[in-house]
Amino acid sequence: MKFLDILGAYLLFMRRIFTKPEKRRVFFRELSNELEKLGLNSIILVMIISFFIGAVLTLQTAYNMSNPLLPRYLIGYLTRETLLLEFSSTIVSLILAGKIGSNIASEIGTMRITEQIEALEAMGLNSVSYLVGPKIAAALVINPVLYIFSVFIGIIGGFLAGLSAGSVNYDDYINGLHFEFNPYYVTYSIIKTLFFAVIFTSIPAFYGYNVRGGALEVGRASTRAVVDSSIAILVANLILTKILL
Amino acid sequence: MIEIRGVTKFFDEKKVLQEVDALFEKGKVNLIIGKSGSGKTVLLKSLIGLLPVDAGMIRFDDREITGLNMKNMKEIRKEMGVVFQGGALFDSLSVIENVLFPLNFFSRMNEEEKRERALFCLRRVNLNDTGHLYPAELSGGMKKRVAIARAIVLQPRYLFCDEPNSGLDPLTAIVIDNLLSELTHEYGMTTIINTHDMNSVFEIGEKIVFIHEGRKEWEGDREAILHSTTPALNEFLFTSKFNRMVKENIR
Ligand SMILES: Nc1ncnc2c1ncn2[C@@H]1O[C@H](COP(=O)(O)OP(=O)(O)OP(=O)(O)O)[C@@H](O)[C@H]1O
Ligand SMILES: [Mg+2]
Repeated sequence: MKFLDILGAYLLFMRRIFTKPEKRRVFFRELSNELEKLGLNSIILVMIISFFIGAVLTLQTAYNMSNPLLPRYLIGYLTRETLLLEFSSTIVSLILAGKIGSNIASEIGTMRITEQIEALEAMGLNSVSYLVGPKIAAALVINPVLYIFSVFIGIIGGFLAGLSAGSVNYDDYINGLHFEFNPYYVTYSIIKTLFFAVIFTSIPAFYGYNVRGGALEVGRASTRAVVDSSIAILVANLILTKILL
Repeated sequence: MIEIRGVTKFFDEKKVLQEVDALFEKGKVNLIIGKSGSGKTVLLKSLIGLLPVDAGMIRFDDREITGLNMKNMKEIRKEMGVVFQGGALFDSLSVIENVLFPLNFFSRMNEEEKRERALFCLRRVNLNDTGHLYPAELSGGMKKRVAIARAIVLQPRYLFCDEPNSGLDPLTAIVIDNLLSELTHEYGMTTIINTHDMNSVFEIGEKIVFIHEGRKEWEGDREAILHSTTPALNEFLFTSKFNRMVKENIR
């Protein structure tokens, strides 16, 4: 009952986002602000995490393949597949749900309790589309880019770690990267990143928008936003995988 | 002119406004007074259409806004300026960008003209050379003035202010009051101000509506208020020794 109420309210909220922007110029200005904010906020984090996870993936795979009958190129292959299929799309989006999601929820929540949202409405603007539209659009642009970055950095991380630990050699790793490459996996993952982008911006925006009360409630909304968008990402991941693969 | 009849508002079971009738006049400073929690903010937000009312009629000149669709409501909103209780400035925008904000959406001016207009409004509220500052860098009184500048930038016909001088020292409060009064007369706006400040009542109040526990208990002008016999109003106005002394002396 309670869950269905929230879901209904969320769907109505989404409908208000996807209306034509009041002024195209203002929308694009906000969009470029959001792109800058989102990009700067997340790219370094994603690069660091991807580098280290790539490195650890390679070392662990190498460690688990002490059997001399297994070909060494499998190490590069498995690192690539893990990054490509799951880590760089789902796990990176989960991390962004934590970082960007809490940001969005507290920003919009603060605007709510300080009457800034009512000020927008009083001017005759659609506050939802003005505030949330550019954020979703920016995430839709950035998240696939981050995915590609993350895959590459992860592979480089694995390569450097594997090479310096002496667990793979150059040729094996490169062969592994090329082994049985299925381009559809990239398409599948990029489709996922688009869904996740909508989730980790719109759910926190929804919780922020509906804050009632004061600073305490803003904090609470921000926590709930992170938890619920993470769960939504995991559920969407399951459904999309079932449909797409 | 804004006229309301039988305006009633519930929050769940709680009746916050009970059949309020009032007439707010054009070119005058209309005050809504009442103690904390009496329903002033709810009444003001109902007038603006931010809160839907459960019963009653609200008319802006010859246009009734109750039950108006979004599109027509938007037209009226372009003629309104609103100053919220805390200022409600956009934190992420500088002072000048805050004032430019309504212009960017609703005016046909070019960039240069918009800038001129925004700077003019800032000068009008006695803020020079503050355009580059951000809301977090302003004092309470300055925030209120920026909010007023933003509210008047589109030359509204109706101006709404929710406690524009609460939290300010008495001197700054009077400056803000007089500014709002001057602007009202200069532009012939229908101005409605919420306040619980007695100084405002006697300084700028031309038409006064007294709200008590969600009901309108009294309506009249500044002179009449000294002679009112409404107990709740007298208690509200003349509880302080100072105000009682003033009243005795005037009489
Ligand atoms: N969103 C809301 N939900 C439930 N009750 C509300 C809501 N907003 C206001 N109220 C109630 O309505 C009543 C009137 O509140 P209102 O904010 O209008 O008072 P006020 O006269 O503006 O007071 P103040 O001078 O302190 O600003 C209060 O009892 C308040 O608890
Ligand atoms: Mg109030």
